[in-house]
Amino acid sequence: MTTKLQGGSVTRLLLNDRGGRWFLATLAIATVLVLALNLLVPESSPLHVSTYMVTLLGKYLCYGLLALALDLVWGYCGILSLGHGAFFALGGYAMGMYLMRQIGDRGVYGNPDLPDFMVFLDWQTLPWYWQGFDQFWFAALMVLLVPGVLAFLFGWLAFRSRVTGVYLSIITQALTYALMLMFFQNDFGFGGNNGLTDFKDILGFDLQADSTRAVLFLLSSLALIAGYLLCRALVNSRYGRVLVAVRDAESRTRFLGYRVEHFKLLAFVVSAMLAGIAGALYVPQVGIINPGEFSPINSIELVIWVAIGGRGTLFGAVIGALMVSYAKTWFTGAFPEVWLFALGALFVVSTLWLPKGLVGVVGPVLERWRTHRQQPALKEVADHG
Amino acid sequence: MVESTHGKSIPDDTLLYLDSVTVSFDGFKALNDLSLLIRKGELRAMIGPNGAGKSTMMDVITGKTRPDEGKVLYRQADNSSADTDLTRFDEAAVANMGIGRKFQKPSVIESLTVWENLELALAGRRSPFATLFHRIDQTDEQKISDTLDLIHLAERRDDLGANLSHGQKQWLEIGMLLLQEPELLLVDEPAAGMTDEETFRTADLLREIARERSVVVVEHDMEFIRALDCRVTVLHEGHVLAEGSLDHVQNNQQVIDVYLGR
Ligand SMILES: Nc1ncnc2c1ncn2[C@@H]1O[C@H](COP(=O)(O)OP(=O)(O)OP(=O)(O)O)[C@@H](O)[C@H]1O
Ligand SMILES: [Mg+2]
Repeated sequence: MTTKLQGGSVTRLLLNDRGGRWFLATLAIATVLVLALNLLVPESSPLHVSTYMVTLLGKYLCYGLLALALDLVWGYCGILSLGHGAFFALGGYAMGMYLMRQIGDRGVYGNPDLPDFMVFLDWQTLPWYWQGFDQFWFAALMVLLVPGVLAFLFGWLAFRSRVTGVYLSIITQALTYALMLMFFQNDFGFGGNNGLTDFKDILGFDLQADSTRAVLFLLSSLALIAGYLLCRALVNSRYGRVLVAVRDAESRTRFLGYRVEHFKLLAFVVSAMLAGIAGALYVPQVGIINPGEFSPINSIELVIWVAIGGRGTLFGAVIGALMVSYAKTWFTGAFPEVWLFALGALFVVSTLWLPKGLVGVVGPVLERWRTHRQQPALKEVADHG
Repeated sequence: MVESTHGKSIPDDTLLYLDSVTVSFDGFKALNDLSLLIRKGELRAMIGPNGAGKSTMMDVITGKTRPDEGKVLYRQADNSSADTDLTRFDEAAVANMGIGRKFQKPSVIESLTVWENLELALAGRRSPFATLFHRIDQTDEQKISDTLDLIHLAERRDDLGANLSHGQKQWLEIGMLLLQEPELLLVDEPAAGMTDEETFRTADLLREIARERSVVVVEHDMEFIRALDCRVTVLHEGHVLAEGSLDHVQNNQQVIDVYLGR
């Protein structure tokens, strides 16, 4: 879809990215197909895709965008963030605050000025940091700015002090943990451990309506496509090659005159914003955001998605996110207590036997198959020539 | 004329002057009151036993290691009046002032191709935004092609850095160094891992480069040093032991005792 619209520049962008072309085409076709089967095929038909399924897939696509964001910093710049879930959750909270304000006087307490949890806490006025969130444009801006500014401040301090490797991973983990504890506090003003929920509508559209769900799914898919093209443009540029240089030989890159901390900072901020967008699309689809989204285990799961899919390829990260999330849904339905062990096993298997992830295994096989198929044709040409 | 710490005057065509530099690691003095002067356009060889402090000296000049005492004065081409004390700057800043470095252990970017490595080194603006929108033009492509020919890697331009031989990595690094268009090149053990023929080609190349730029070369290979045909400084325990022509230092009894005679 977008690929057609933008013509030349997108074609150039994907010129050497066979995996990416395949991935985007599949995603676009699947999106159209799912929407058609949901909206056009009657519910009685066995081909009908339920709205529940549409929303579930929309949720996976948000995870895919989050994985893409992590791959940009981890796969290309070597920054193993174990706290990327924090940026996702912050984007989610910004959207959640807007959805809370949209409830208006339809809450349990019927207070037109205050969300239910504030009435419950006996608060009289709306705190300053909730101002403006009744406006969609303001909330949308915060979806980008809050994760972006936090990433900027954090990255500025960490990268300038040359904190790298395990130490950096540990402090990113500490960051998301600290945020989780803060959001758990009732006094912090974001609904405590219940978080934000009971949303009614978004921009006037009923969140429970099939059509709204379909649009949210479509937007998630478009965001993933746009995010992919943005990341691909970044890594294809000379900037992207500096990122790779930083990943492979950070010190060497400094001696070439590049200010490594600035390069890391830009990638980190862009990545945090993408994660924020993913969170903002996720919340209206799942209908709730609570401090659990900050929990360290979420960020670790995210790293496992990227590792299993194959880091440093962009599409591999997304594929990993989709597959592991699907496996999780299935496992938690069938054997809920086994999931964490299965996840751990997947991680061990992928680090020991699949250092380049699934993409690193499937890619070469496809390549061999393709050359195999082409060889007889070449031979024929040679025989005739 | 500028006065040094010791009251000696520094000649006008000085490019770099290390003024009583001391670096200690946990009390051990890797550089001990080291003073050294490099003139504009000079080719200088540095020799000395393992651990003499040769690489540490390069670390100090390039902003990697901050000395405990002393200054590193650098006189850039564009402002010949004011000297810069390099010890107050970091690696990226020093590199952008026109000082390039080849490491002792060859360090090219392994997952970039030969061409991409060279493109990375290409002189130009270094900010993230500048690199984001950078489009390589024909002059730059020509420069990279010329360098590829010079370092005999034209056929391997699309190979990954990781797949080069040790000697080829050394050459690639020299090529990267050239494309940075530095005023001063610091070259640490360029001939390590090279065949005899490659070694002599490297010496020729460095002599060629030194026509337009200043070059400091560290090496252990005496044949190579002789081929460079330049002034030689012998470093020992972080201090200059002798300086002069190769014949002069080779006949110095102290040098024979600590280095050559072993
Ligand atoms: N970061 C460091 N920490 C502790 N000691 C160091 C460090 N860097 C260098 N040294 C010590 O300083 C001394 C000088 O090292 P340097 O690498 O400068 O020697 P060199 O002359 O380059 O030797 P070589 O010919 O082996 O390359 C050595 O004894 C080394 O162990
Ligand atoms: Mg050394």
